[in-house]
Amino acid sequence: MAHVVYLVGDDISTDVIYPGRYMATVLPTETPQFAFVDDAAFNGKLKNKQVPPGSIIVAGQNFGCGSSREQAVSTLKGHELVIIARSVARIFMQNAVNLGLRLVVAPGITAAVGDELTIEDDRVVNTTSGAVFPIERLPRARQAIVDAGGLIAYTRKRLMGTPAA
Amino acid sequence: MGMTIVEKILARASGQAAVKAGDVLEPKVDLAMSHENAALVVNQFLEIYKDTGREPRVWDPSRVAIIFDHRVPAESPKTATNQKKVREFVARHMISKFHDIRGDLGGICHQILPESGYVRPGAVVVGTDSHTTSHGALGAFAFGIGATEMASVWTLGFAVNIEVPATIKVVVSGTFPAMVGPKDLILHIIGKISSQGANYRVIEFHGDTIKRMSTSGRLVICNMSVEAGATSGIVPADEETVTYLREEAGVKDALDLVQPDGDAVYQQVIAIDVSALEPQIACPHTVDNVKPLAAVAGTRVNQVVIGSCTNGRLDDIAMAASLVRGKKVAQNTRMLVFPASGRIYQRALDAGYIGDLMRAGAVVMNPGCGPCLGVHEGALGDGEVALSTTNRNFKGRMGNPTGEVYLCSPAVAAASAVTGVITDPRRGA
Repeated sequence: MAHVVYLVGDDISTDVIYPGRYMATVLPTETPQFAFVDDAAFNGKLKNKQVPPGSIIVAGQNFGCGSSREQAVSTLKGHELVIIARSVARIFMQNAVNLGLRLVVAPGITAAVGDELTIEDDRVVNTTSGAVFPIERLPRARQAIVDAGGLIAYTRKRLMGTPAA
Repeated sequence: MGMTIVEKILARASGQAAVKAGDVLEPKVDLAMSHENAALVVNQFLEIYKDTGREPRVWDPSRVAIIFDHRVPAESPKTATNQKKVREFVARHMISKFHDIRGDLGGICHQILPESGYVRPGAVVVGTDSHTTSHGALGAFAFGIGATEMASVWTLGFAVNIEVPATIKVVVSGTFPAMVGPKDLILHIIGKISSQGANYRVIEFHGDTIKRMSTSGRLVICNMSVEAGATSGIVPADEETVTYLREEAGVKDALDLVQPDGDAVYQQVIAIDVSALEPQIACPHTVDNVKPLAAVAGTRVNQVVIGSCTNGRLDDIAMAASLVRGKKVAQNTRMLVFPASGRIYQRALDAGYIGDLMRAGAVVMNPGCGPCLGVHEGALGDGEVALSTTNRNFKGRMGNPTGEVYLCSPAVAAASAVTGVITDPRRGA
């Protein structure tokens, strides 16, 4: 159970989540400072630790479209945010799985800032409004990576399963 | 059951006789491309090997390409240091397809790969750049991935757990009207199917218009397929592809022109006739906010940009030069031109196009991504408007969240640079 801290609309690109001018910053330990940096109010709350880990961003369709920059995922992961979107662009979805950002696709999701949401196996319950939204399953190809704890751990496991060169 | 081109490519790359959309595979990678974000790939690659007791080893250094283009020459010590670290990694791991900041061999990755002969029909190409879709122009299956996924490819040599995408077939017929071309076509398609109309799917381009289209034009439509959400765009390789690879890219080895089966299964078929297509403009702040030029004609423009992996090739620069030759860029409008590669720059210079552009008042910059993604040069002032041949107009894209970016063809951009307002190139500047 966690609260919605931020609402965004459709087609929120990685340029909005993590503007290109900060792309020279690459390390996941350094990217969180620039999350949604062009929204000074929300970025300020994140930087001042006023947003508890597990807090939820509710997004419209095609969240994370555009550039493949992984900073757009690591910047959100760094704050342990959870994304619930109506739909998500392909590369962003894969980057989220690879880095372990919690991302849920609920095509009908509606919520207001401050609402309390519970994410269950197959649905999101808005306990404030009482509404229930079915969740779309993760593409099954990605589940093994989630189960391994991300792509670095998954690849390491696969590497160690091969004979050393 | 027949297969689409991408199904055939993935079947072969994963050693299977037949595959279909939805199957999960681990295709061998023929080419793995990165740009400056190789700095992050290197970090994640070393992370994979951490505490394994094994020496980090790139599976096949001859299949890795690294091209500096996003911030060239470096705009900050931070970028310069990232580039320095990548250079050191390239030397240590003997990566041969490395294009540093140079006037002869440098340029934008999506131009360097085709012109250097690194991409072949039937290949699996991955790149840590969303516009890797471009290389479908040569009949390859090419798609964008993140840096960690690239680190995994560098380690294993294949892409893990790839789901075979369904394919949308787009059949294009008719002859383009004057001053209308591939950029208008792809903007029209994106406007029609929306920014997520092809999410998780491949767009396979067919029809007599595509058969007659140059490789340069095919690169435009495949490049921007990702703006409809597509995993990749792809054009079946044909005589034009062979001519390009032999004459332009210097490829000498045998080519396998992979074709879709006649009974391939498509999720959707879209037919488009371009005979009466108007110049198209993608308006702020989404690429699918596409209107015929007439709807926004007269809009004041502060900055015109011609270039990028979408429209920085010789035919684009020739078109721009022909429209400004003997004229002047409007007062209070900046015209920035950045050729897509050193080779293109040199040819444009030899052909006199650069002189035409400069005499008209354009600023010709070095090859690279330039202002497209707002990280290096050509940022917009508060509330300024750009008209650009690049591929994205998202809020903040050209370096300023209060700026507005309109996307168009090189003809529209050049005609508008002369008038200072969005102008139909058929009406003359």
